[in-house]
Amino acid sequence: MSRDLHELGLLEAAEALARKAISSVELVQALLDRSAALNPSLNALTWVDADAVLAAARAADAARVAGDARPLLGAPMAIKDLLNVQGQPCTAGSNILKGYVAPYDATVIARLRAAGCLFVSRTNTDEFAMGGSTETSAYGTTRNPWDLERVPGGSSGGSAAAVAARLAPAALASDTGGSIRQPAAFCGVTGLKPTYGRVSRYGCVAFASSLDQVGPIARTVEDVTAVYQVIAGLDPHDSTTSARPVEDALPGVRAATNLKGLTLGLPRDYFVEGLDAEVETLTRAAVETCRELGANVVDVDLPHSRYGIACYYILAPAEASANLARYDGVRYGFRAPAEDLQEMYEQTRSLGFGAEVKRRVILGTYVLSSGFHDAYYLRAQKIRTLIRRDFDRVFETCDAIIGPVTPTAAFRIGEKNADPVQMYLGDIFTVNVNLAGLCGLSVPCGFTPSGLPAGLHIAGPAFADARILEIGAAYQHATDWHVKPPEI
Amino acid sequence: MDVPYVAGLARIALTAEEAARLQGQLDDILAFVGELKELDVTGVEATDVAADTHNVWRADEPRTGLSQAAALAGAPLTRRGQFVVPKVIE
Amino acid sequence: MSDFIPSIGLEVHVQLKTRTKMFCDCPAHEEGEPNTSVCPVCLGLPGAMPVINREAIRRTVKTGLMIGSTISLRSTFDRKNYFYPDMSKNYQITQQAAPLCMGGAVSIEVAGRTRTIRVNHIHQEEDVAKSTHMENSTEIDFGRAGTPLMELVTEPDMASPDEAMAFLLALKEMLIYAGISDCNLELGHVRCDVNSSLRPVGTDKLGVKCEIKNMNTFKGIHRALTYELERQAAVLRSGGTLIQETRRWDDEAGVTLPMRSKEYAHDYRYFPEPDLPPVVLDEATVEAWRAELPELPVARRARFVAAYGLPEYDAGVLVADRAIADYYEAVATTSGRFKAASNWVMGELLRALGERGLGIAEARVTPEALAELIALVEAKTIHMTAAKEVFQVLFDEGGSPSAVVERLGLAQVSDGAAMEEFAAQAIAANAGVADDFRNGKEAALKFLVGQVMKLSRGKANPQRAAEALRRRLAT
Repeated sequence: MSRDLHELGLLEAAEALARKAISSVELVQALLDRSAALNPSLNALTWVDADAVLAAARAADAARVAGDARPLLGAPMAIKDLLNVQGQPCTAGSNILKGYVAPYDATVIARLRAAGCLFVSRTNTDEFAMGGSTETSAYGTTRNPWDLERVPGGSSGGSAAAVAARLAPAALASDTGGSIRQPAAFCGVTGLKPTYGRVSRYGCVAFASSLDQVGPIARTVEDVTAVYQVIAGLDPHDSTTSARPVEDALPGVRAATNLKGLTLGLPRDYFVEGLDAEVETLTRAAVETCRELGANVVDVDLPHSRYGIACYYILAPAEASANLARYDGVRYGFRAPAEDLQEMYEQTRSLGFGAEVKRRVILGTYVLSSGFHDAYYLRAQKIRTLIRRDFDRVFETCDAIIGPVTPTAAFRIGEKNADPVQMYLGDIFTVNVNLAGLCGLSVPCGFTPSGLPAGLHIAGPAFADARILEIGAAYQHATDWHVKPPEI
Repeated sequence: MDVPYVAGLARIALTAEEAARLQGQLDDILAFVGELKELDVTGVEATDVAADTHNVWRADEPRTGLSQAAALAGAPLTRRGQFVVPKVIE
Repeated sequence: MSDFIPSIGLEVHVQLKTRTKMFCDCPAHEEGEPNTSVCPVCLGLPGAMPVINREAIRRTVKTGLMIGSTISLRSTFDRKNYFYPDMSKNYQITQQAAPLCMGGAVSIEVAGRTRTIRVNHIHQEEDVAKSTHMENSTEIDFGRAGTPLMELVTEPDMASPDEAMAFLLALKEMLIYAGISDCNLELGHVRCDVNSSLRPVGTDKLGVKCEIKNMNTFKGIHRALTYELERQAAVLRSGGTLIQETRRWDDEAGVTLPMRSKEYAHDYRYFPEPDLPPVVLDEATVEAWRAELPELPVARRARFVAAYGLPEYDAGVLVADRAIADYYEAVATTSGRFKAASNWVMGELLRALGERGLGIAEARVTPEALAELIALVEAKTIHMTAAKEVFQVLFDEGGSPSAVVERLGLAQVSDGAAMEEFAAQAIAANAGVADDFRNGKEAALKFLVGQVMKLSRGKANPQRAAEALRRRLAT
């Protein structure tokens, strides 16, 4: 059975564990063995404590014998190295947090722990979630399991690669401008960015507070939904979480077979933006499948969407410049030797931060600074309102918006490093969902002729997470792009 | 952008080479985001913070936090239970 | 200073008397080991997030109501960005764009002149950690970091160090009265940044402003302002120009000194705090908070004078402590004897409290008991000396005055027959003195009264004794 254990999805594994067909220890051991074998070439994982997770697996098995029947008891997950898990290091992909060990659990971690989940590994991330390729990590880039010369996407490249490579059945990740959805698309897996305020950010290292959301990556919409149900909901520690009740989306997701009665918007503006022909072909085919499933697909306009990247690259760095100010060598992490305080600050941050982070922190500081605040930061916040209004208008007549997740499939490692703006342009289809506070799902929708995955993006109004999960599930139930594993 | 000045505000030291490279890159980025100037934003409100909610607050009830040991555990330098940093040179 | 008019403005930072910090539920105002009342939030750990303390909002709004501010029905928080080791996030969560309270004023009286000092606004923010500067390093304790602060910013309406002092004292009295803050300066509850400028007499435009930062005693502020205004005047008189700068007060040397720092000019890069949704207050909530306000000292003093006919001195003493004033009012209204109540509270009660180092809450004599005691004296059931003895017993043990009177057998003898008996005995035993009285020596009566007191073991009512003796001696 051990050859197949890593193939089990999260719900499949949970169900097999509940039936006692397998034990947590066997399952975890299988994943640890596979991780040891494959991670050297993938570098998807930054940290594995085999002893600790096996001990937790043993405890889960014992609990089950004693009658503990929690649905996710003993189910393993990988965790993006951006989330505080008590007792584990949390590097945020940076040298500046070397040595920092989390003294507390992020709320999402506490909830998964309470549901009985095991945390089997920590996954690689672009430094402080700033990037679209996982190349800015201080711990080396992660490679795409579908083609080791290519990026897995970012910033949650480690989580997406780990799930695609079957190092874990599901992973937690974060999305600020596309950091769950784009790597999910590049790696042929499913990823959800929940509505802003649906999932707690407490304990997730902050990049851009008004844009960040924590979300799941897995191989099926069902698994993504199962994790979403555990982590979603009001958190007294995070004042931006919503008090709206979380509906139980899993039944609807399991039962989704068609898209009858739904109107899906297809933005005209997306098909003029330098969209790669191969990706366009796959996207249009996916749209056709949606039509075949009964959806009414209509052309819609999002006239301000083309300004989303510029808007994002003002607001996200601005918030980041404040969120990263605390990394100063005073209370934790790396401290550079220095004669006086200012030198300590400057050297610590100079040596501790990588180039992309420095770029964004300086940019963010600038757009907030005296004399430039109104022209950049304030203006971007207003344009953000215009972007959101575009969506509000479209959602008056559409249940969801579909389209490509990324303009290209996974690019080569190093290909986009010369020019930051080139890297930023990759966010064109994902970033507006964060700016408008909406929910967005990426489901696999095919492979390019060279065998690289692409994703179909499904965006919904705020708090319509269950709806887009159902749409994604209906599409996924009618296709099998999500089933094929990469050959590694 | 006066890159060395802004880097100073952000407490990041840059080598001359870094500063030069960043100057070019940041000027490019600013030119790119500058396209936002095209839009007319008269009468448009800036996006609100956490628009779905307000009056999120808590009762004045104390709770135990971190022990001193846990608080100081990751500190690069401590003395007698305090965090220690080099002095500010006035 | 006859050639210049000073303009003084204050930014007063007050620590609020809440149980927890502003943005986390660590206990506030803890004294103890450093870095023990801390958590991921106030330590600025990765991933930590703030949560507003509702009690701090309530206290700040109540302060605004006390000084007549307009309460902002929609109020938001902002990040103020700068680097300093006493700030765990290297930004402070404060309010810049939409503070809780706008406007307001505090009345002060200096040298018989009443002035109104306008307040620009009051906003909410968080306190920084405690730094101890050593020879080559700085030690930091985050126990204080995050304590709720209320910052009250005045207009530059004060015209002298005395007025600044009067403002601070009036503010402090109000805040203690309403329980907003203990305003204990030794514990650092109140810190001020003091702004001052001079303009030539006869002109309107304010002069160059100089700021003295982080003053934490009122006397220090007075001294610093006195020095600073003279310094500025000296510069201007000699034809020099002042530069807008921040200075610090050196109390030992008695001078203000420029703060030398190679700091970049503070560009705080304020932007709305994305982790905190707005505070939206409805009229009902604000009015409910207004209803919780006590009658303020100024108004209460005036009312004591008007309603109870007390002299201003009495009113001043009684109102100074809110609990004592409450106690007095209970005694006064129960007994109906306003002046007597005042005498007892200001006299016996305050003295007993002082001697035993107790607060009014610990005195066992209830206002009702004291009122009853006053009534007993009024009715001449006991006389004053005995009453004081009864009071001491009530103070230490509680109970009812009549019970104590009876237990100690202190009831004055007013019973006519007994009195007659004593009078007869006294006269009989002191025939010569009795004759002196009959012959016109008034003073002799006093002696006989004293004898009656002796015979009755001090229980006779002296006036009644005198009456009884007079009657007998007249026959």
